[in-house]
Amino acid sequence: MSRGLRSPFVALGLAVALAVTAGCVGEAPSGGAASGDTIKVGVLHSLSGTMAISEVTVRDAELLAIEEINAAGGVLGKKLEPVVEDGASDWPTFAEKAQKLISQDRVATVFGGWTSASRKAMLPVFERNRALLWYPVQYEGLESSPYIFYTGATTNQQIVPGLDYLREQGKKKVFLVGSDYVFPRTANKIIKAYAAANGMEIVGEEYTPLGHTEYSTVVNKLGQARPDAVFNTLNGDSNVAFFKALRGAGITADAMPTVSVSVAEEEVAGIGPDNIAGHLVAWNYYQTTPGAANQTFVAAFKARYGANKVTSDPMEAGYNAVKLWAAAVAKAGTTETEAVKAAAKGIALDLPEGTVTIDGENQHVFKTARIGLVQPDGQIREVWNSGQPIKPDPYLKGYSWATGLS
Amino acid sequence: MAILNQLFIGASMGAVLLLIALGLTFTFGQMGVINMAHGEFIMIGAYTAYVLQGVGLLVALPVAFLIAGALGVVLERLLIRRFYGRALDTLLLTFGVSLILQQLARDIFGAPNVGVTAPAWLTGGVGPLPYSRIFILVLALACVAAIAVYLTRMRQGRRMRAVMQNRQLAAVSGVATERVDQLTFLLGSGLAGVAGVALTLIGPVGPSLGTYYIVDAFLIVVAGGLGRLGGAVIAAFALGVLNSFVEFWTDASLAKVVVFAVIVAFLQIRPQGLFVLRTRALT
Repeated sequence: MSRGLRSPFVALGLAVALAVTAGCVGEAPSGGAASGDTIKVGVLHSLSGTMAISEVTVRDAELLAIEEINAAGGVLGKKLEPVVEDGASDWPTFAEKAQKLISQDRVATVFGGWTSASRKAMLPVFERNRALLWYPVQYEGLESSPYIFYTGATTNQQIVPGLDYLREQGKKKVFLVGSDYVFPRTANKIIKAYAAANGMEIVGEEYTPLGHTEYSTVVNKLGQARPDAVFNTLNGDSNVAFFKALRGAGITADAMPTVSVSVAEEEVAGIGPDNIAGHLVAWNYYQTTPGAANQTFVAAFKARYGANKVTSDPMEAGYNAVKLWAAAVAKAGTTETEAVKAAAKGIALDLPEGTVTIDGENQHVFKTARIGLVQPDGQIREVWNSGQPIKPDPYLKGYSWATGLS
Repeated sequence: MAILNQLFIGASMGAVLLLIALGLTFTFGQMGVINMAHGEFIMIGAYTAYVLQGVGLLVALPVAFLIAGALGVVLERLLIRRFYGRALDTLLLTFGVSLILQQLARDIFGAPNVGVTAPAWLTGGVGPLPYSRIFILVLALACVAAIAVYLTRMRQGRRMRAVMQNRQLAAVSGVATERVDQLTFLLGSGLAGVAGVALTLIGPVGPSLGTYYIVDAFLIVVAGGLGRLGGAVIAAFALGVLNSFVEFWTDASLAKVVVFAVIVAFLQIRPQGLFVLRTRALT
């Protein structure tokens, strides 16, 4: 047996490759060109693979928005017809499916993406085809494409307010923990520049591979460094293991609070509220955000998908994207890309997080920053907000300490 | 103090690695079946703990052993026994089974991960050493002890070793080898179930839980020497401690690279692993 070992591992690689390609086929193309009485729109998220956990909920929120628009009579007198595609947590697949939606299904616009890698893969496709993508997740900034609308937060609407909050609380020594890919590394670059200019000290910086579950050593290093706070940019499942390890080592939120930027209501449920209660998160929307628009949104989502479902920031941003696009089309009187872009400038809608305005300069939206405290029941209670929506500044031009980052 | 901490962390990582590799030592190491579904048996164990979390962890352990073990026997009876001696075919076969099991889990429990709340008696710890980690360490050692007793002291265990060393000779000596094969799968898959219960104390429970651990499990079994219990124990703890110290001085990504490099280098020097099974069988 031992002599033949090499070939089993070659075959193992082969098997994995097979499985990956198998995931790319399937999904027969639906319909032909746009028919007269409907407008096709693309919905492109990972419905399989490691990102499915998060992206399926955003798809659900976008489909809800489409159903609501149709129930109210549609756009330009036509019903919206969603064409749902699976990006399969695989960046080339996102690019392929985006191209397919544009050229084969001839959709008017596409709502989709979650990871920065998927957005970066789709960006050239939309620019080449002069088509529109609505991207609904907070990201690391330093980007602005004329063919993408960004309805999630950029750094000055989430990370910078999170740091401001820590500074106000007198936290001077900060430890950075993140997953090893583009978002955490860029975010931490920004955090380090902020810290240097604002008298904060970064006492440690740790990256772990995506999907990593062994956090004892990181927690041991935290114990050694004794920071005032931890800035957490871990993504996905790793958060579960991280917070369990933190609690297992007896480190409480009182002694060492963490601020997470990728943990929302959906993730809190997976982590187990008792493991993360008392820790902080930074977003622009919570299920508990006050206002009639949000109450309607939460009620509609639960009625559509089940009473035990929660809503979260990326879901709300996906829902908003559909509503904002529809408003822009109604204003433009056409779904033609350049006309919609021109019309979108300055559109303001009353959405679950409050009034959301599209910034004509960079196609991001004004968002209110909100710091929340995780409650034992899994909900998030807001402890601070910026009072008014913050103008998006993806390149952090308004901050002197950020010169040289982009 | 930090060094002692790290030593304990290494040992507790080693215990996790050992638990996930123990079952594979038998199904892969002994029977030559490249069981890609081993990770999914771990997942089944973890979901068992999730379903039984009101009842208690100590009940979940034997139940997970039985459920995963029974599934292992079913898999062996229905499919694997038609593929003995064709290691590569078992790889493709069990890879397919693993995909089916993952999809089943997704259909039953949903795609999002679920969490298992650790029982009250496992929350907290002695200083920086969490009780849950100590529990996993004790559990791994208890499993090793139980297997050692089974293999050396009990009739069924001795038969298992006989089949392992020389199948034909064991068969002509009156050992019902087919029955032994079934028992081996019961044991190997059952241990994966036990490992799954332990993993719920560390991280999330999801359909793809097993895929995170399957490569590590194979590494331990190969580095330890196929089918060698002692080899698996040493390899698991050595890798755990190595990983924890490299990670302490560098970072998690680099630690993984270093561990892989060390194993590759080690297998260049000793392709047969730490220990070799001596056999007179004509294979």
